[in-house]
Amino acid sequence: MDSTILKIDNISKSFPRVKANKNISFNIKRNTVHALLGENGAGKSTFVKVLYGLLKPDEGFMYFNDNLLNIQSPSEARQKKIGMVFQHFSLFDSLTVRENLILGIDQDMSFSDLQKKVNNISEKYQLPLDLDAPINTLSAGQKQRVEIVRILLQDPELLIMDEPTSVLTPQEVKSLFKTLDKLLKEGRTILYITHKLEEVINLCDEVTILRDGAVIDSSKLENETAESLATKMLGKKLSEIKTDYDHIKDSINFKAHNLAQNFNNPFNTDLKNISFEVKEGEIFGIAGIAGNGQSELMNLLTGENVDDVDGSITFNNTEITNFNPKKRRDLSIAFVPENRLGHSAVPELTLAENVLLSQFPNNGFLKNGMINYKNIEIQAKKIVDEFNVVTPGVDAKASSLSGGNLQKFVIGREILSMPKLLIISHPTWGIDAGAEHTIRKSLIELAKNGTSIIVISQDLDELFEISHRISVIFNGNLSKSVDTAKISIAEIGLLMGGKGFV
Amino acid sequence: MFNFLPELKVRENPSSIMNFSVPVVAVFLTIVTGSLIFAMMGFDPIFALHTFFISPISNTYGISELLVKATPLALIAVGLSFCFKNNLYNIGAEGQLTMGAVIGGGIGIYFHDTQGFWVLPLMICGGAIGGALWGMIPAFLKIKFNTNEILTSLMLVYIALLILDYLVVGPWKDPNGFSFPKTRKFGDSGRMPLLFSGLRVHFGIIITLIGIFASWFIFSKTMLGYQLKVTGFSPVASRYAGFSQDKLVYIAFIIAGAFAGIAGLGEVSGPIGLLYRDISPNYGFTAIIVAFLGRLHPIGIIFASLIIALTYLGAEDAQLFMQIPAAVGFVFQGLVLFYLLGAELLVNYKIVLRKRV
Repeated sequence: MDSTILKIDNISKSFPRVKANKNISFNIKRNTVHALLGENGAGKSTFVKVLYGLLKPDEGFMYFNDNLLNIQSPSEARQKKIGMVFQHFSLFDSLTVRENLILGIDQDMSFSDLQKKVNNISEKYQLPLDLDAPINTLSAGQKQRVEIVRILLQDPELLIMDEPTSVLTPQEVKSLFKTLDKLLKEGRTILYITHKLEEVINLCDEVTILRDGAVIDSSKLENETAESLATKMLGKKLSEIKTDYDHIKDSINFKAHNLAQNFNNPFNTDLKNISFEVKEGEIFGIAGIAGNGQSELMNLLTGENVDDVDGSITFNNTEITNFNPKKRRDLSIAFVPENRLGHSAVPELTLAENVLLSQFPNNGFLKNGMINYKNIEIQAKKIVDEFNVVTPGVDAKASSLSGGNLQKFVIGREILSMPKLLIISHPTWGIDAGAEHTIRKSLIELAKNGTSIIVISQDLDELFEISHRISVIFNGNLSKSVDTAKISIAEIGLLMGGKGFV
Repeated sequence: MFNFLPELKVRENPSSIMNFSVPVVAVFLTIVTGSLIFAMMGFDPIFALHTFFISPISNTYGISELLVKATPLALIAVGLSFCFKNNLYNIGAEGQLTMGAVIGGGIGIYFHDTQGFWVLPLMICGGAIGGALWGMIPAFLKIKFNTNEILTSLMLVYIALLILDYLVVGPWKDPNGFSFPKTRKFGDSGRMPLLFSGLRVHFGIIITLIGIFASWFIFSKTMLGYQLKVTGFSPVASRYAGFSQDKLVYIAFIIAGAFAGIAGLGEVSGPIGLLYRDISPNYGFTAIIVAFLGRLHPIGIIFASLIIALTYLGAEDAQLFMQIPAAVGFVFQGLVLFYLLGAELLVNYKIVLRKRV
């Protein structure tokens, strides 16, 4: 069988700030596992939402079994035999498995019919379910099983799996793959959305690669290697490296040694024996695809969540592993977390008030517990001037600034504190090119003046542009670091996809 | 499934004018609904509203009574605002009030035949400590065991009331009281001085004003107020700043408890003069409405306390002149809260009718 089950013809979808899907066209062959591969933000989610009727495309057509597909809602998609298992489960936590299954089906069905059908499916695909168990007592793998059974009740021809392994343990992944294999043997088609190269290679027949909202390539897997997929997924858009290494001193001032943290829940990535060192004046980059432990690592580095941590963090010979953020700032360590609104800045407060959020020693903002508003206003004005923050004034609410301007303000606030170490996550995420340039330039400048910088980012362009050494974080492990000048995009790409990790 | 139900959508830019006028709208709608209820009960709405809202405060005595009722309400509410701004839902102010009255009142009973300018200040301190200690219990449980402060603070209300009950029928019973469940009277040194002769408004109102001013000062000028605000707006940012969340939980509950305790002591050493079972007509619960009606702002709370105090007086007059149970006052308080929450919801969300699929 080599016929096309789904033909995507020129689908485009824009949001106010970004064109998420640009003229997407490709075909999915019947009875295959077709991978949709791309980085976070490549447009995968938007595309499947269009396909599943959650979003309306601006232009373009889809043909399902040679018929024009025009669906307005997921329930219509299900009627047309298209089913989807979401990355984030859409189950009611407090209800039982049985109640969730009943809620999920569109047609009327008697209780005993449902029971019979569920039993059939459970047996056929070896998906055992305890119908009376409340959802909140189930593991992530079991919840996904409920989702799959719910979709199979509708007997779909095309099954969309959106990053299905992102919350599963390796054992659960294995049993999921077995299930998918059975579905395939029955003649169903699977659209498998992922950013993990390994899974594409092990599971899929064909692959379509998305980057920046457009289809880069769509071909049979046998034509591809892990390297070629990585290069296509990440792009070769690298600018020339102009970082210079001369100013870096030999003295190491930051050491992370065997950091490990267990969370025992499917929503956090456990960290495993992470070790790295940063020299004075060095920019150390940590690359990786989102959800591989970056935010957990960031919390350890800032001190925001150091519960049950193993290993140690040392800064200038002081062990700071269990220091809270305030105590770390007292040692001249500054932080810029990924989220601006509600994390590194409080949206409801003014810019001047937001200056107070990260207090460094001797900044003169406080006198006997009283806030010196004059001083924080002067400081806020200084930040606005030096970092070209576009704002009506320092009494404007943080929420009224654009992402780029607020980020410039936050980074300015931290840089003006003259930190000895700056830890920054996704410094230019979601901001315009101008602000991006300002920020990268100021980071390079800061390092030249002797500050050590740790940058966690998904943006390889950025890391290659500013960092001296680079490591990759994958599934809570950190790779050995390499001089940025000595590694290629493809090598980093392979590491990001999990190749080379034990 | 349920496609016929309208849907709530977040408004991108909630109108700040509407946000500001939420309390006014709520009070207005309460009055409209109230008159409808009166009309359905067969009363002339104009007469009823007049009896309820105007006649109670048409003379000096009435205004004094209004202030007597507003005194504890405003003080408790402003204390609660420390908790609410920090997203801590302390609804146990009634218990904190009771324990303040028990400890402060206990001191008053102990010194009932002692004269001295220091007796009342000592009682006030006792009230503050009693309330603060009672408030610390839910804070401690929340921090140590991650319990829900709504439940624990509420449960502690009933424990406090039973402790008071036990004391007034047991060990603290008035030896000359013919076995009535009440204690002996405090001495003159243990009473709140009256501000005007012949009127019941007492020194407690000065304490309330001081408490309100102090809260305004803390929120707008000090790092402590800043920390509470940041934590309330965004706990994540507060953690990023390195503020100690546990410390802030304790401080908020201690302040709220102390204010409620002083309010309780003010009641027993002011209008009442002794301890007995029903020292508070639910001031601790009603103050929750006052706090939200006043938008958790010290000045707003002053106005809100006056409005809610009026519902107490109005209910008494309605009972007297219209033979309606005084519980109608609670109906009005409930209506205010209902409309307040409703109006607030609609300022931030809009109702969208779903299109037919």
